[in-house]
Amino acid sequence: MIRINRRSFVAGASMMMLARPAHAARTVTDSAGRSVELPDRIDQVFAAGGPASVVVYAMRPETMVGWPRALRAEERPYIAAGQRDLPEVGLLTGRGDTANIETVLKIKPDLIVDYGSVRQTFASLADSVQQRTGIPYVLIDGRFEATASSFRLLGNIFGAPERGEALAKYSDDLFKSLDTTLAGIPEDQRPRVYLARGPDGLETGLRGSINTEIIERAGGRNVADAQDQRRGIANVSPEQILAWNPDIIVTWDRNFHDKVAKGGDSVWQGLKAVKDGRVYLAPTAPFGWIDRPPSVNRLIGLRWLANLFHGARFPFDIRQDTRAFYRQFYHVDVADSDLDTLIAWADGKPPSIPARR
Amino acid sequence: MIPGLALLALAAAVIGLSIGAFPVTFDGFFRALRNFWSGDLPQTAEQRVLFGIRGPRVLAGLIVGASLAGAGVVYQGLFRNPLVSPDVLGVSAGAGLGAVIGIFLSLPVFAIQMLAFGGGLATVGLVYLIAVAVRGRDPTLVLVLGGVVVGALAGAAISLLKILADPYDQLPAITFWLLGSLASVRGGDLWNVMPAVAIGLVPLVLLRWQINVLSLGDEEAKSLGVESGRLRVIVIAAATLITASVVAISGVIGWVGLVIPHIARMLVGPNFERLLPAAMLMGASYLVLVDTLARSLGRIEVPLGILTAVVGAPFFLWLLWRGRHGWS
Repeated sequence: MIRINRRSFVAGASMMMLARPAHAARTVTDSAGRSVELPDRIDQVFAAGGPASVVVYAMRPETMVGWPRALRAEERPYIAAGQRDLPEVGLLTGRGDTANIETVLKIKPDLIVDYGSVRQTFASLADSVQQRTGIPYVLIDGRFEATASSFRLLGNIFGAPERGEALAKYSDDLFKSLDTTLAGIPEDQRPRVYLARGPDGLETGLRGSINTEIIERAGGRNVADAQDQRRGIANVSPEQILAWNPDIIVTWDRNFHDKVAKGGDSVWQGLKAVKDGRVYLAPTAPFGWIDRPPSVNRLIGLRWLANLFHGARFPFDIRQDTRAFYRQFYHVDVADSDLDTLIAWADGKPPSIPARR
Repeated sequence: MIPGLALLALAAAVIGLSIGAFPVTFDGFFRALRNFWSGDLPQTAEQRVLFGIRGPRVLAGLIVGASLAGAGVVYQGLFRNPLVSPDVLGVSAGAGLGAVIGIFLSLPVFAIQMLAFGGGLATVGLVYLIAVAVRGRDPTLVLVLGGVVVGALAGAAISLLKILADPYDQLPAITFWLLGSLASVRGGDLWNVMPAVAIGLVPLVLLRWQINVLSLGDEEAKSLGVESGRLRVIVIAAATLITASVVAISGVIGWVGLVIPHIARMLVGPNFERLLPAAMLMGASYLVLVDTLARSLGRIEVPLGILTAVVGAPFFLWLLWRGRHGWS
């Protein structure tokens, strides 16, 4: 017993030595203001969570060592062949960690990337993981507004500034064109939007939360405003939704959409959005169009929503724009049949709900 | 005392019906009532709120509160212990596990409810089988210990699924379900639940005298000609059926089944024949009032499980401090 312990200790300790970057060639400052020493070349990257995996995949897919959870069958066609079968490696974000830190050590990535909140909690978590593993750990700001600068920072970190610049330009152009057009649309002409989550549609993201910031960005007004400091996900009563009477309902939950679209629930039928047929279902392959996870996958959803909210003022050719986005960000030339699946999905006719695994 | 408590429940229901996020004037209320009566006029918004949302919700509050408190009285009498609640045999943990599996598999709401119902029944069934298998010990002790163990196992399984669940999609849904809420209750849910609750109540009402005797202890019960073993099975099955069916639509709501039976016992004494209706009426009133609070504190719902504890825990401490357990 003791022998094994000692041996594993020695193995672990030597591994830590090995994992320490041999020659820390350069230093970058991440979005949390932490100085991180990086090796010259970055060939293997561990994405700490869902949002990070999307952004690392968009940036340099060949560096990925795994997915936080294995891809589902319906997501696979939209991911490049080389990354489709990467193993499931779990989460390392401090919220329900499922990645074993020894597993991370065994993979020996050159870098750990987390994308999302850069608050103190996450900065200290990053410090602690970096200290224990000797693997550099960068925190990247995941707010929608920061998308372009985060891409540039990542380009710098990965040693691929052109790639970072190209992706930054895409989001910059998109945000700028949105801002220009939205400046001409007064607040009271923007649709009032409810984002329905959960199987009964009664979960929503409050105004100002990362889960719903896409609504405001696309020129809508989120009806779920707690009018205080609360952010994040909350439960609301059907009566409250009736009182809000939103113009538009957006969801990605197929069960909920199915129920409302088929008129199975009389309560929802009284809403303006339902009567007008403005209940929209967002596709979730390979990643959600409006959330799940809240990462750069929302850029395509932003185009889609702005067009749904304001029509011709935000032109959106779903076939062409989706294909272009998937090519640039997801490294796939989507086959026509797969594109048809996505278009039908965004039109409220999703593929049947698959078994989980 | 009982008619007074019935009035209290009625008053709670009226308060619950008249408060809500959607403004309903008196005028609108009567118009909705008239419309409802004649039936063929187009639905007004008020009508939809009162009969489609608020009405079912208040009714659900009454049924769920009455059921949890009633089951609490039964369990406390059965185990002759003031500290047990309907959760003691693992109903809530099992129902929670069933619901979490449903959410994890992204099933529709009805399937989630059925899994919760089945999970609650199956857990108690398992606990009972354990109690039957372990012979030669105090049966109530084995039951309680079995409940603790199986409940802990179900809790572990829930935690495992939470870790595996999609943190951006399923995890919030799981968390909300485990905190309980009446927000999603529809008229249809009540029709699904009421038969099961009624079936569970029948034996409790018919056997009220025997249950009284049972709370004296097995020896005494035997000397009075009551066969405690079989009676215990029936009573546990009935109370479990009631609890599992309401938890399926409301999620896990603690405290009602623990605190309300105590207060009822203080008011009407330990006689089960009076205690059961008293506790059920009080549970109904309590849950409707707390639920009204839950949906009117802000635009965002406060989960019921939080409020019942926040209101119930200090009250329970106060009871302890007063030292009037009213037991036996």
